[in-house]
Amino acid sequence: MTYFLQQLINGLQLGFVYALIALGYTMVYGIVRLINFAHGDVFMVGAYLGFFAIASWRLPFPVAIVVAMVGCALLGVLIERLAYKPLRRAPRISSLITAIGVSLFLEYFTSLKFVFGPYFRAYPRPFAVRTYELAGITISNIQIIVFGVALVLMVALTLFVNRTKTGLAMRAVSFDHQTAALMGINVNNVISITFGIGAALAGAGGVLYGIAYPQINPFMGIMPGLKAFVAAVLGGIGIIPGAMLGAVIMGVVEKLTEVYISSTLRDAGAFAILIIVLLVRPSGLLGKKQKEKV
Amino acid sequence: MKKVREIGPGWWALVIIVFFLLLLQGLIIAGLVNPYIQTILCYAGVVVISALGLNLIYGYTGQFSLGHAAFYGIGAYTSALITRLLPGWGFFALPLGLVAGALVAGVIAFLIGLPILRLKSDYLGIATLGFGMIMNVLFKNSDKVFKVMGGAAGMRGIARLTTFLWVAVIAVLAVVMLRNLVFSAVGRALVSIREDELAAEAVGIDSTRYKTLGFVIGCMLAGIAGGLYAHLYTYLNPDNFDFLKSIDVLLIVVIGGLGSISGTVIAGVGWALLLEGLRIVLPSAVQEWRMVVYPLVLIVIMLVRSGGIMGRNEFDFLKPADYRRR
Repeated sequence: MTYFLQQLINGLQLGFVYALIALGYTMVYGIVRLINFAHGDVFMVGAYLGFFAIASWRLPFPVAIVVAMVGCALLGVLIERLAYKPLRRAPRISSLITAIGVSLFLEYFTSLKFVFGPYFRAYPRPFAVRTYELAGITISNIQIIVFGVALVLMVALTLFVNRTKTGLAMRAVSFDHQTAALMGINVNNVISITFGIGAALAGAGGVLYGIAYPQINPFMGIMPGLKAFVAAVLGGIGIIPGAMLGAVIMGVVEKLTEVYISSTLRDAGAFAILIIVLLVRPSGLLGKKQKEKV
Repeated sequence: MKKVREIGPGWWALVIIVFFLLLLQGLIIAGLVNPYIQTILCYAGVVVISALGLNLIYGYTGQFSLGHAAFYGIGAYTSALITRLLPGWGFFALPLGLVAGALVAGVIAFLIGLPILRLKSDYLGIATLGFGMIMNVLFKNSDKVFKVMGGAAGMRGIARLTTFLWVAVIAVLAVVMLRNLVFSAVGRALVSIREDELAAEAVGIDSTRYKTLGFVIGCMLAGIAGGLYAHLYTYLNPDNFDFLKSIDVLLIVVIGGLGSISGTVIAGVGWALLLEGLRIVLPSAVQEWRMVVYPLVLIVIMLVRSGGIMGRNEFDFLKPADYRRR
């Protein structure tokens, strides 16, 4: 039982990192109906920014997270302006293709030797790892930090979306671009802000991932990105609490499959659940049923 | 009423293309094409066959699939196993392997397609993505069932049976078959589902049946392409059939133009030649820029021509006579 609880904690840790990435996916999808495949790579850039902030610039850990978040937010807005905005009226598949292009570009450009380099790097731990024992379960200070930072960011995001005027504008635009524009909302700015916030969360996720699983390389974003996206779909894409729920489920299922069934089947378990959920509830766990318009 | 299909310039174009391919084959026999270029040419053909399959599924029928590489992989592993089992069959080993690969890919596509083709657009894409992921994990664990499949270490020792002639013949057949399919009544049914599934149902088209049909045929083409791939490179690794490979095929189909056979052929050949060509053209010092240049080309093409190179258009010779401009 304690072993199960221990693995549950480990799964939750993974799930919280996924959640930070999944939020960006779900917000962007909610507002422009785009599967932003470059999002996982923004997460990777965040991890690297944190790496340089801690290892090269010797900044304290909280500042490193802020650096990564700001850097990624700028990158996210830049990507949106250059690669997606010109295609907003084109068929949806076109922007999906540019998203894939941006993703490949980020992976291979950062692999160049004068950028991040193609090799694995060991992530610096800004503080000594300590473990605490609680009723037979060990929790490390790293895990506490991951949970803490992720929770704070998620609460902040929820408050922002539900309580501020910009958040209201975001919800309005995701509901209907044209009507929102008629209400005097600057749709372009709102979309840019959404990309910025999503990217910032992914950046924070990258730093947390770095300290929790201390090895990074330019291709590290592909799998977490895909899984976070799947998590967003699992919870109901476009719905913020859904992304958090889906991500936690993904993380826990992945960890439990790994320890109880087989580590090589790790990825299959999570995706099998996804297909079953999609068949039973196509709009996701927290999604609303959509009526088809005739 | 005029007969719909008259023998027009289409046949002449076919003759010219066959002649051109035979000419290439002649150059190969004469030893004027080095083995590396031959492999690239074969690979281009394989890519085209696989991409034609996805174009039928996504471009014509409108069913978004992100798991095409899984069926490509199923075909590759199946045909490799078959030729392993039939070592003495000489000339017939490869066609048997390809047929088996196509059949297994088709049956699995049918079984998986029936439930998941109920899903629409992005959701279907995600479900097929999930299926592709699961297949990839199964390939990685395949050695636990069939030792020869090699699991994560990859399958070795496949006979090199794929020749340029095989690829060229099958690619031409695939183009002709697909062209005849999409301009037939069945093809119009598929396109009507893409345009509006509800309206198609309303005029009496059994959308489940046609969606499944399109999906199965498309996946069988992927299976054939996979079989050719296996016997071209003689080594299979699960990583060759992962999510990124499904994306590659999707890129080709969209860049060429959704619902355009000509576009898929151009983009498929272009893609293979560009990626491999850059390897030759770029000096070794900037070799790692190859994969930086490639996505930039992709983005620029999409920004300039968001409908793909050909849009929904075809070369004139691929159209039935009454579709051509007069």
